[in-house]
Amino acid sequence: MSIFVDDDTRVVVQGITGGEGKFHTEQMLAYGTNVVAGAVPGKGGEEVAGVPVYDTVDEAVDAEDADASVVFVPPAFAGDAVFEALDTDLDLVVAITEGIPTQDMAKVNKRLSEVDTQLLGPNCPGIITPGEAKLGILPGNIFEAGNVGLVSRSGTLTYQVVSNLTERGIGQTTAIGIGGDPIIGTSFVDALEAFEADPDTDAVVMCGEIGGEDEEQAARFIAENMDTPVAGFIAGRTAPPGKRMGHAGAIVSGSGTGTAESKIGALNDAGVPVGDTPNEVADYIEDFL
Amino acid sequence: MKLHEYQAKQVFADAGIPTPDSRLASTVDEVMDAVDEIGYPAAIKAQVHVGGRGKAGGIEIATSEAEAREAAESILGMDLKGYTVDTVLVEAGVDFENELYVGITMDRNEGEPVAMVSTEGGVDIESVAEETPEKIAREHIDPAFGLHPYQARKVVFEAGIPSDVAMDVASILGTLYDLYESKDASEIEINPVMVTADREVVAADAVMNIDEDALFRQPELAEMEDEAAGDELEAKANEYGFDYVRLSGNVGIIGNGAGLVMTTLDLVDHYGGSPANFLDVGGGAKAERVANALDMVFSDENVDSVVFNIFGGITRGDEVAKGINEALEQFDEIPKPVVVRLAGTNAEEGMEILNEDLVQVEGTLEDAVQRAVKNAQEVTQ
Repeated sequence: MSIFVDDDTRVVVQGITGGEGKFHTEQMLAYGTNVVAGAVPGKGGEEVAGVPVYDTVDEAVDAEDADASVVFVPPAFAGDAVFEALDTDLDLVVAITEGIPTQDMAKVNKRLSEVDTQLLGPNCPGIITPGEAKLGILPGNIFEAGNVGLVSRSGTLTYQVVSNLTERGIGQTTAIGIGGDPIIGTSFVDALEAFEADPDTDAVVMCGEIGGEDEEQAARFIAENMDTPVAGFIAGRTAPPGKRMGHAGAIVSGSGTGTAESKIGALNDAGVPVGDTPNEVADYIEDFL
Repeated sequence: MKLHEYQAKQVFADAGIPTPDSRLASTVDEVMDAVDEIGYPAAIKAQVHVGGRGKAGGIEIATSEAEAREAAESILGMDLKGYTVDTVLVEAGVDFENELYVGITMDRNEGEPVAMVSTEGGVDIESVAEETPEKIAREHIDPAFGLHPYQARKVVFEAGIPSDVAMDVASILGTLYDLYESKDASEIEINPVMVTADREVVAADAVMNIDEDALFRQPELAEMEDEAAGDELEAKANEYGFDYVRLSGNVGIIGNGAGLVMTTLDLVDHYGGSPANFLDVGGGAKAERVANALDMVFSDENVDSVVFNIFGGITRGDEVAKGINEALEQFDEIPKPVVVRLAGTNAEEGMEILNEDLVQVEGTLEDAVQRAVKNAQEVTQ
């Protein structure tokens, strides 16, 4: 089984006529994802890679019976694009766009609390259920179907850890990038809760990084609610305070919160071993299985 | 992006928040002219992006011409935590009875802005937040509605602000929120708001940080960015459009994706080395961008060895390899040894292209990092 997406998921691509949108639509189709529609204002009636394009998400969802969207819209318009998606009762919206202003995301976050949609991202690589569907930009060929769930704030770190797993013959149920921004939709806790409820996920990898307190919250959730074993990795142990390390959310505040040390400590206290290297994380997962 | 105090004060003053009379000066003579106009006492304040300026000797109060000259001479040109002071703000000293704190920032846990008010102004507010959090009143703001006036009043009364100035402070807080929203601030703060003997309120300091992701719609603020305020190499990285942070070690690190680059830094440390920088070439990097990244890292004289760690998703290994070749083929002798690890999209094609006379190739992240650390150690020995 899997969480959030499977081979029944029917996808609208917002921004399908842009360079990124078109390229990754082709990649998603090649992977076997049901991309059923595109949505771009003013481009209704066109076709991209054989996929019909509509002017609005609403039309696309109605016409093609879609239940998820992937957003490849430039940052200045991406907040609005997510609002549009949230207005159509989709089950899942995946926002790939990097660099959405934080205050736009605060407004999106507010609307999110009023609807019944799972938002993934923004600034995330997306989600993949190996062999069934991928929504986003993850390189499909490194994933393999199996029994380990993965949730991560970073895209390339996801690829690194997955390759460490796949090389040992350990496959994945679903891998999720939740994004590196300060305000995101799906949190570690949301993903962990879903993995705990999935009977086919036998162990979970959680890749965090400096900044914020999401990992600490996840540690509390694991201690109180999870039987499925979790192994962790935290990036940014060597990051100096006050500097933004690439991700908008990856910044250790001057007052000492959001440090790698605090996150590793919280996870260890919750019984979660944290690897010093991605390879060590794979060692822990191997021991669990 | 941080605004200087004088820039933030101008934004505040334009919005109607009372600020002291002030002049900008960059020579001792200009300081003396300014104090002539403003009178004594006058505050002379270094305009650099450094916290705790006062404690570090970057702010002096002058009550006479001699003191003003002495302060100007000591502050202009001084090194404040690595930044040279080129400019000072000369400001009328405020005779105050109370020092208050007001600020607005994003509470990322709640995904909402939060307004904070305290009677404990004029001090390090972070220590107050840590040691006596009850002394800071807080009010979360629904980003869809903004800060309602009743909320501004509520948090001001809750903080115990003296009642004869409470409404004025609430009004300042309302203006601050309007600025926070309209200017895409990530943080906006007045510490302290001074209350004078006549019970006037004045913004004696001004902090305003802007969300860099929103600068595209804040062209006036974007122009205020002080390139010289940062590190020279960081300014160069800005031009190239890289996410780059300079660190104190000697192993140069280039990779794609923030999480993976941070991990590479951590592994350098784990294997006994010391990272010289964080450089993320970003997604989908083409050959020219890769060559620019190498140029960046080679320009840092602290760098003794370089590790290139790419896990392609959007980024293609063959493009990266082309960029590495292009960058290195221009040298008669490679300035520093470069270790390359390529994985993911088109990594095999990349390995075929890569000129192995110029670089050392490793198959795994761990091996690549260990080799780069060893290269650096050989130089320092």
